[in-house]
Parts: sequence; structure tokens; C-alpha cells
Amino acid sequence: MSDRFAEALWTRKGERGDLIPLLQAAQEAQGYVSEQAMEAIAEITGIPLAEIYGVVTFYKGFRLTPRGHYVARVCTGTACHVNGASELESTLINEVGVERGQTDAEGIFTLEAVNCVGCCSLAPVIMVNDETHGPLTPRSLTQLLKRLRREAKLAMAPKEAP
Amino acid sequence: MRRVIIGTATCGVAAGAQRVLARALTLAEGGGLEVVEAGCVGVCYDEPLVEYINDLGERRLYGKVTPPLLDRILAQGDEPDPALARHLIRVNDGPDRDGVFAHQARIVLRRCGIVDPGSIDAYLEADGFKALEKALGMDPQAVIQTVLDSGLRGRGGGGFPTGRKWGFTAAQPSPHKYVICNADEGDPGAFMDRSVLEGDPFAVLEGMIICGWAVGADKGVIYCRAEYPKALVRLDAAIKQARARGYLGEDILGSGLSFDVYVKEGAGAFVCGEETALIASIEGKRGMPRFRPPFPAVSGLHGKPTNINNVETLANIPWIIQNGAAAYAAMGTEKSKGTKVFALAGRIKRGGLVEVPMGMSIRQLVEEVGGGVPEGHTFKAVQMGGPSGGCIPATMADLPIDYEHITQTGAIMGSGGVVVMDDSTCMVDVARYFLSFTQAESCGKCTFCRLGTKRMLEILERITEGKGKHGDVERLLALGQQIQSASLCGLGQTAANPVLTTIKYFREEYDAHIHDHRCPAKSCASLVIYRIAEENCTGCTLCAKACPVDAIEGERKIAHVIDEQACIRCGKCVTVCPTGVVMKL
Ligand SMILES: Cc1cc2nc3c(=O)[nH]c(=O)nc-3n(C[C@H](O)[C@H](O)[C@H](O)COP(=O)(O)O)c2cc1C
Repeated sequence: MSDRFAEALWTRKGERGDLIPLLQAAQEAQGYVSEQAMEAIAEITGIPLAEIYGVVTFYKGFRLTPRGHYVARVCTGTACHVNGASELESTLINEVGVERGQTDAEGIFTLEAVNCVGCCSLAPVIMVNDETHGPLTPRSLTQLLKRLRREAKLAMAPKEAP
Repeated sequence: MRRVIIGTATCGVAAGAQRVLARALTLAEGGGLEVVEAGCVGVCYDEPLVEYINDLGERRLYGKVTPPLLDRILAQGDEPDPALARHLIRVNDGPDRDGVFAHQARIVLRRCGIVDPGSIDAYLEADGFKALEKALGMDPQAVIQTVLDSGLRGRGGGGFPTGRKWGFTAAQPSPHKYVICNADEGDPGAFMDRSVLEGDPFAVLEGMIICGWAVGADKGVIYCRAEYPKALVRLDAAIKQARARGYLGEDILGSGLSFDVYVKEGAGAFVCGEETALIASIEGKRGMPRFRPPFPAVSGLHGKPTNINNVETLANIPWIIQNGAAAYAAMGTEKSKGTKVFALAGRIKRGGLVEVPMGMSIRQLVEEVGGGVPEGHTFKAVQMGGPSGGCIPATMADLPIDYEHITQTGAIMGSGGVVVMDDSTCMVDVARYFLSFTQAESCGKCTFCRLGTKRMLEILERITEGKGKHGDVERLLALGQQIQSASLCGLGQTAANPVLTTIKYFREEYDAHIHDHRCPAKSCASLVIYRIAEENCTGCTLCAKACPVDAIEGERKIAHVIDEQACIRCGKCVTVCPTGVVMKL
């Protein structure tokens, strides 16, 4: 269990309203909400595990499986929709080789969708981690993915011992 | 000293503002230049935006700025560089190149993109917290009366008179009350609240504190969606600074008011924008709406009286207190006072954020302020109110925008998202799009909302796939009516609106899909036939290479042909064709 999550567990007093922030801390630390994290929260807060699971699955923001280095989320807002978001998504799926909700084998990209990121005048956009990119065409998206893949490989490469 | 103000709201960053900022900071190292980060002035179609203020204090706003362009902007003397004229949007507060500002009246957006949202000193310099000082010198009841007299109505979609709502919470005898700021902004196609939070977070806080004083609350919660990371950062910084300066906390400005604010991050559920679901979510539960009454004003967060207002509603408050109710009520129409911020998006030339007086016509908003639809297309409709709203046809575009007139059309004013549609937009597909949204976002509590939306979506899907059946439109109308009357919250009650309005105004498009297996907008993939205009094809082979199913045949320099049977209608050939000869029929 990561330090950040442990700290959150320690500082939150375990009130009912802390449940979602705790789950968010767990997800931020580990990239997803693991079974162990839910068990730890259940123990501290006294909320039944089944109820915690109910909350986790209610909100789209929570993930129950590990994520890739980048979470690429196609915006499916109205403006993006009328400006070609579905074409972007099929490009994304083709390029990464997995469906929405999945992570590629190398652990670089997790594909998700998001309702609207509020960048409608740059539609269509995708959000990669916390950054929004737009307006994109299938071609510029392909280039963006190439660059991100290169950067991810660098960042993920095991550090050589000095 | 010379200054550059760089818009680094989410839209600006997405367009490359970070690189411009980095360049500006490097240039500033030499001294003589101050770099300020601000929110968005709303000219989103021309991002990244930079305002340059020279030694004489003259302000020039430039659009589509790149790092090399920034160098040129800063190299200018007092005389403007003619080579930059194309990028110059306006000088000082004069008329702007595109006429976007001409029709605006900026109250909520008055500081956005101009004042540094990360600095309380900048806010104070721009008249910040003056309204709070004034309000704290007034009787809480008088503050409520001012808000009531201003005619301000809730900007979150419902349009309930804000002053009346405050009165309900104020009337509750409880030592602990809450003020909640609804920053969940779930409507796709809406980004007013994001811009205000990113561009002027202190104004929202000031509105909340004034509300706290008026209704007798001691705690405030801002429920902000997690999809707005930048807004969350700006809010957090604003709250910390306000606390440090005594605008939040115990005994604010010696008035005896104790009020503090914290932020709750949403977790991705549209229905949590509904007030009772939002409260459940803050309490750590599944965000499901409950029956009202009791209204939150009586029993809200943790069972305490709670006043909930939208971001834009609260951002109006300081201006109203400072300038008086009459000044606000002087703008707008009989029953809809003041201004409204609209997010213009979709098939429009100048998409962005504008604030106009209530009562402006839809046509003026789309054509004069937004510049109309892209060249070569015709304006067909606007979608207002998101998934709860509807499509208003261009033939009705002379309607004035206010709560009453928009509701009469079957759409709703909603929170301010205006998605423009042209001849390339299929109205059946738009209805399908919104239904797929509400179907996915239904919390599942009410059977009609949970299952009815699913059945409606299935019907719409088959219509857009060319498999519509006789009587499908009637089935949609009946289901829509049932969902409307058998759902607990606004999500279900309004879910059918996008379908009902498109049937009402664009019935012929439904009929074309169902009876003629034709999509008039040539947008529904299953109903489109791709064909190459052979006489103009140069035989470059790009389309044949791009085709994923090898459905295109042809030799180099010889016209290509698409095999209609093999074609999967993915549209790749259209995208890659350099001469634009692949046609949709
Ligand atoms: C399904 C649904 C979603 C809603 N989403 C939002 C929202 O994202 N933002 C908002 O301010 N109000 C939203 N509302 C309206 C709120 O319930 C509430 O009326 C509003 O926050 C009150 O603030 P106001 O009076 O200032 O408008 C939503 C309502 C429903 C039924």
C-alpha cells in the first residue's frame, strides 16, 4: 500500500463523507481501486465492503483494474460528437489495438471515454491524463499517439544503475 | 513596465498556451517584462490568446499566438507591427476584429482572461471583496431583498428565483446551515462554469460568502467535477489565500460571520448535478436523487438546511450587491433579468464563451456573435439545455432567449450550452446521441427511466441503421411521455426532450430514415454510399491504401472505384483524399 493512501487513511477520521475522497486517494496512489484498498477502507470506516463496492461501481471515475501510463479519454460531448468524435475513437482503438475500457499489453494506454471536458470550441478533443488535446483529426491523433508512446517508453524504461 | 497576459485556461493550454507561456517566461528573465497568467476571455476559436500591454498602457489582444509570434509581438515599439494585423483581435476596449465583443454585456465574465485568477491581490485590485464588505454592513434580510429585486434566476437550468430560494433557507431556525456551490457542470457542450472557475474563482467564493451571511450558514461546499483538473487547482489556491487574508474562517472582517469553504471532487456521474443526488454524493453514498419535499432548504446536507446554487448564479451576486438590484434588473426581459453566459459550440465559426443580455434572439447569438455556421453550410438548428433540452429549428431563430420563450419550444434554457447544427448534422442521430447519454447516466432508481430510455435508444439505433419500422415514431412518442411522467428527478422527466423536439420539428428526417432508408444529412454511416467522382480522380492511390477492407480498386493515375458491397463505410477514403473527390451519396 502506498504512502499517500496510507496517509489519507490516517488523516481522514473515517466519517461517512470521507468514503469518496478515500477511494479517490487510493486510485490516485495506485492508478485504480484495488480490493486491498477497499478492504482497508472498510476496516477504518466501518462501512460494509459490499456498500463500498456499490459506491465504486456507481461512479464512472473509478477503475477496478490497473491503468496504463496514459489514460486516453475520448470526449463524447455534443460538440465533439457533431465534429467527428466517433472517427477519433475508431482511430484510437485501431492505433492502440484495444477497446474502450481496456489497457494495451505494454501498459502504455488505457482507453476511456469522458462525457464532456468543456473544451467544446476545440472539438473534437481527447484528454490524456490531465491534459486536453484538440482540435484533432485522425491524422494528428495518430501523430500525437506516436509521440506519447515514445515518451512513455522513455519514462517507463528501468533506470540504469549509476 | 510592459506586460503580457496569457490565457492558460484548459482551452488555451489545449491549443498550445503552455509553450507560449514558457517562451514569455524566458524572455522576462532579461527584466522589463511582467508575465501574467489569466483565464479565458472567451475567444476560444482563436486560442492561444495573448494580451500585450506596452509602456504607454495600451492593450492589444492577439489570437493564435505561437512562441515565434510572441517574439514579434514583444519586439514592437509603440507603433503596431503591420505584419501582426491578422492576429490582432482588438486594441484596448475598442471594437474587435470579429465583432464578438460588440453584443456582449460582461458581468460574470468581467474578470475572466483579464485578471490573474491565481492572486488575491489582483482580485482585490479589481474591486474584489468590495461587495462582501458592503453586504456585511447590511442586514441579511436586506441582502436577500436585493437579490430578489434583481430578478436573478438560477443559472443551473431550473431558473428558480435565487432570492426566494435564499429566503427559504434563511427562514430555517438552525445553528448550522450549508451553502453548496454546484460546479458539477454535467451537460455535454457546456463550459461556462469551467471558465468562471478557472478565470475568476474568487468571485464564486465571494458570492458564496455573501450567501452564507444572507442565509445564516457557517459552511460552504463546492462540488466540482473531477474532469476539470485546472478548475480544482485554481479553487484550492483561491480558498487558501482567502483563508490567509481572513475572508474565510472565523469572524470575517470583524462582522461576526464565521464561514469556511471546502471542495468536494465529483467522481463522474451526471446525475450528481441534481441537487439531492449531489448531497448524497457529498455524504459518500451512491449519487441517487430522492423524493422532494423535504427540499434541501429544510433538510439538506447531513440533514441541515442547505442552499444550493450554480457557479454562474453565485458569480452574479457580487456585481448585484455592488451595483444594486435596479442596475441588474435593467437588463434582460420582463421575467428573465440580467445577462446569461452561453457556450457556443458545434458547427459554428467562432465557438467560445459569450455573455449577452437576456432577450437577444437566437439568430443574433449564432450569426452575429458566433459568426454563423462554417462556409458552404446552412444553419439548421440549435440544441439548448443539453440532454434535458431540445433542438430549436432555424425557422424559429428569431425568438428572444429567455426562460419562457425557450421553454415554449419544448427545449429549455438549461445551463447555457448552445450547440449549433447545420445541414451536415442528422437530427435523428442527435436524438440518438442524447438518449445514449441519458440511458448511460440514468441512476437506475426509477424503472421508466432505467428501462424506458433503453427501449427508446434501441428504436433510435435501429432507425439510424436504416432498420426502422413502421410506427417507430409513435412508439418513441408514447415511451417518451411515460418516462416523463413516471420519473422522480429531472433526468428522467426531461430525458425524452431531445427526441420529442426533433420529432416535432424534423419529422421528415425520421421518415426519410424509416421509409426511404436515407439520411438527408448524409451522416448516418449505414445509410451513406461512398462513391468516387471518377472524372476528377487523379489516381493517387491514397484511398486504396487507406481502405481497411481493400474495397477500392484502381491503378496509379487511373480513376479508382469503390466496391459498394465490400465497403464498410468507415469514411477513411474521404479523410485521406487530397482532391476531395470521394462523395457521400
Ligand atoms: C439530472 C440533473 C443534472 C443537473 N446538473 C446540474 C449541473 O451540472 N449544474 C448545476 O448547477 N445544476 C444542475 N442541475 C440543477 C440542480 O438540481 C439545481 O437545480 C441547481 O444546482 C440549483 O442552482 P441554481 O438555482 O443556482 O440554478 C441538474 C439537475 C438535474 C435534474
